[in-house]
Amino acid sequence: MAVKDYIRERFFPHMWCPGCGHGIVLNSLLRAVEQLGMSKNEIVMVSGIGCSSRIGGYVDFHTLHTLHGRALAFATGVKLSRPELNVVVPMGDGDALAIGGNHFIHACRRNIGMTAIVMNNRIYGMTGGQFSPMSGLGISASTAPYSNIDRAFDVSEMARAAGATFVARTTVYHAQQATEFIKKAFLHEGFAVVEILSQCPTHFGRRNRQGGAADMMEWFKENTVPVGSKKKLENPALIERGIFVQKEEPEYCSEYAKIVDKAMRG
Amino acid sequence: MSQNIKFVQGNEACVAGALYAGLQFFAGYPITPSSEVAELLAARLPTQGGKFIQMEDELSSICAIIGASLTGHKVMTATSGPGFSLMQEALGYAIMAEIPCVIVNVQRGGPSTGIPTQVSQGDVMQARWGVHGDHSMVALTASNHQDVFLMTVEAFNIAETYRTPVVLLFDEVIGHMREKLVVPQEGEVQLVGRLHTSVKGGVDYHPYLPREDGRLPMSDFGGVHRYNVTGLYHDMWGFPSSDPKVVHGLIRHLVDKIENRANLLAHYKEYFLEDADRVLVSYGAPARSALHVVKNRRARGERLGLLELQTLWPFPTDIVREKCARAKAVVVVEMNMGQMLQEVKKAVEKPEQVFLANRIDGVFITPTDIQNILRLIQGKGV
Repeated sequence: MAVKDYIRERFFPHMWCPGCGHGIVLNSLLRAVEQLGMSKNEIVMVSGIGCSSRIGGYVDFHTLHTLHGRALAFATGVKLSRPELNVVVPMGDGDALAIGGNHFIHACRRNIGMTAIVMNNRIYGMTGGQFSPMSGLGISASTAPYSNIDRAFDVSEMARAAGATFVARTTVYHAQQATEFIKKAFLHEGFAVVEILSQCPTHFGRRNRQGGAADMMEWFKENTVPVGSKKKLENPALIERGIFVQKEEPEYCSEYAKIVDKAMRG
Repeated sequence: MSQNIKFVQGNEACVAGALYAGLQFFAGYPITPSSEVAELLAARLPTQGGKFIQMEDELSSICAIIGASLTGHKVMTATSGPGFSLMQEALGYAIMAEIPCVIVNVQRGGPSTGIPTQVSQGDVMQARWGVHGDHSMVALTASNHQDVFLMTVEAFNIAETYRTPVVLLFDEVIGHMREKLVVPQEGEVQLVGRLHTSVKGGVDYHPYLPREDGRLPMSDFGGVHRYNVTGLYHDMWGFPSSDPKVVHGLIRHLVDKIENRANLLAHYKEYFLEDADRVLVSYGAPARSALHVVKNRRARGERLGLLELQTLWPFPTDIVREKCARAKAVVVVEMNMGQMLQEVKKAVEKPEQVFLANRIDGVFITPTDIQNILRLIQGKGV
C-alpha cells in the first residue's frame, strides 16, 4: 500500500499552517506503519488537544480525539480493554507535559504497551503562541513578552526517570530517523516515547527571530548530534538524537493477564 | 435460592448490579465513601475475565472507561464529590461523543474536601449542571439496596440504549449501610446490550447518524469501521465541523434524546398517594425516613403520602406535577439546601405550598426532623 492509503483524503486539506513540522511527523508515522505492514483495523490513534492532536483526523485508523492532556488516560482504557490493538498517542509538548504531565509519568511508570509521540515545537500554537514547559529560558512567547523565566523539561530524561522502557528523540529534519524510531517503538513491548522536535514558524519562529520553516529545520540539523557524539562534550548546548532507553520490563497488559489467570484459578 | 440472598453494604449492592448488568471494565481512584466499589471490583472483575485498573486520579479514571467503552465493553467508575468535580470534563466528553458509561457518585458533604465520612445530597445540581455548555443528563438514585442493584442495572441499560453517560447518585448512608439484597436470577432483570451497526466493512459507516428511532448503532474500535471520535462538534462521520447547521443539529440531538424521553426514563415509587392531602417528595436514603413518617402518620389516620424519585435527571416534571396535584402541601425531604426543592416548585401548580425538610450538618435526617416541619407548616409548632 502507498502512504496515501493510510489517510482520509476526504478531510484534507489539513488545518496546519504552511511550514508546520507536524505534517512531516505524520509522514514519518505513516511510513513506519506502511513499512511494518500494519493493518489499519488494528491501529487506534488517541490524541489530546492542540495542533498536534489534529493528526488523528487525517489518518485512516480508529481515531479518538480526546481532551487536553488526557490522551494517555483514554489510551490506557483502549489498550487494557483490548491489548491486541496497536495504540499510538501523538501529543504536543504542552498537551503531554503541562496539563497531561501526571498522566505522562504514570503511563511511563505503568509500562503499558503503547507509543507516545511527543511533537515538541516548544510552544502552544493553536491558542496563539504562549510558552510551554518546553519553551525554555529566554524565549519570547505571547505570555512571556519580556522573555521566559520558566525552566524547561527534558522530555526524554523525564520519560526515562518515570520508567518508560523505550525512549528516543529525533527531529523533523531527520524524517527517516523518525520513521525508524517509530517503527522500533511500535515493535517495543511496553511504553515507548518518541520525542520529535518540530517547528512552529508561525509562533515560535516568528517571535524568536528564527526565520522561516526551512531555517528552523536547518537549526535542527546544526544543533543536534547523535547520542554519544564527541561534539556534545565540546558543546553541551547541543541536543542529542538517538535511542536513550530500550529495555525489556514486564508490560502492564501482560501482567494483568496473569492476574486474570490467578483470579480465575481462585 | 438461598445463595442469592446477601447481607451487604450499598456499595456492594452497586457492584453486584454492575456485574449482573455485564460490567467488564472499571477504572477508579480511592475516595471515601465509594472506595469499597473499587476494592470489590479489583477482586471480582478478573475472576470473570474483566479488567480493573487503579488510575493516577479521577480525571484519568473516567477517561480510561471511555476508552474501554469504545472497544465494546460495559464500563463504570466510582467516586465521591471531589472526584466527581474532576470528572466533569470527561463527563462532558462522554455526552458529546455519545459514549455509554456509568459514573457512580457516593455523595459526601461538600464543598471541597468537606466531610468525607458523613452523608449529604449536595451534588444533585452538580450532576445536572457540572458539565460546561448546554447538555442533558441522566442521573438515578435509590433508597435501599435492592433498588441500588436495580438502578445500577438500569443505569447500564440507559447508557447502552441512548449512548450516554449515566450518573448513579448514591449517598454515604446507602453506600455504607448494610441490609439484605436478593440478587435476581439470570434473565430475571432485562439487560440491554451494545447495539452494533449492521453496515458491512468497506461500506461507508456513519457513527453519528441517528436511526429513525434515535439510536446510533456503534462499531467497536478494532472492528472493520475506522472512524473519528471527538469532543468537538462533529458531522455524521465524527469529523470536526463548525457548520452552524451541524452544530445546531447535534446540540438538539444530544438534548432531545434525553429530555424528550423524561417520562420514559422516570423511575419512581409512590406510597399512599391516592388520597393524600400532603405529599412528601424524597429520594435516596432520606426517603427511608420519609416513608417511616408516612406509615406512622397513616396509622393515626392522617392522609400523608410519599413520592420517592429514583430518576433525578431528566427531572420527571410531569409525574411530580400529577402526583402533587391534589396536595394542600408538598414537603421535599433532602439532605442539601433545597436543590430538588426548586425543581419541585417549578413543576407544581402552587409553588408557594412547597416546603423543605432538610439537614445539612452531616447527620442523617430523622423522621422527627420531617415531623417537625409537617407540624410547623400546619401552624402547630414543633
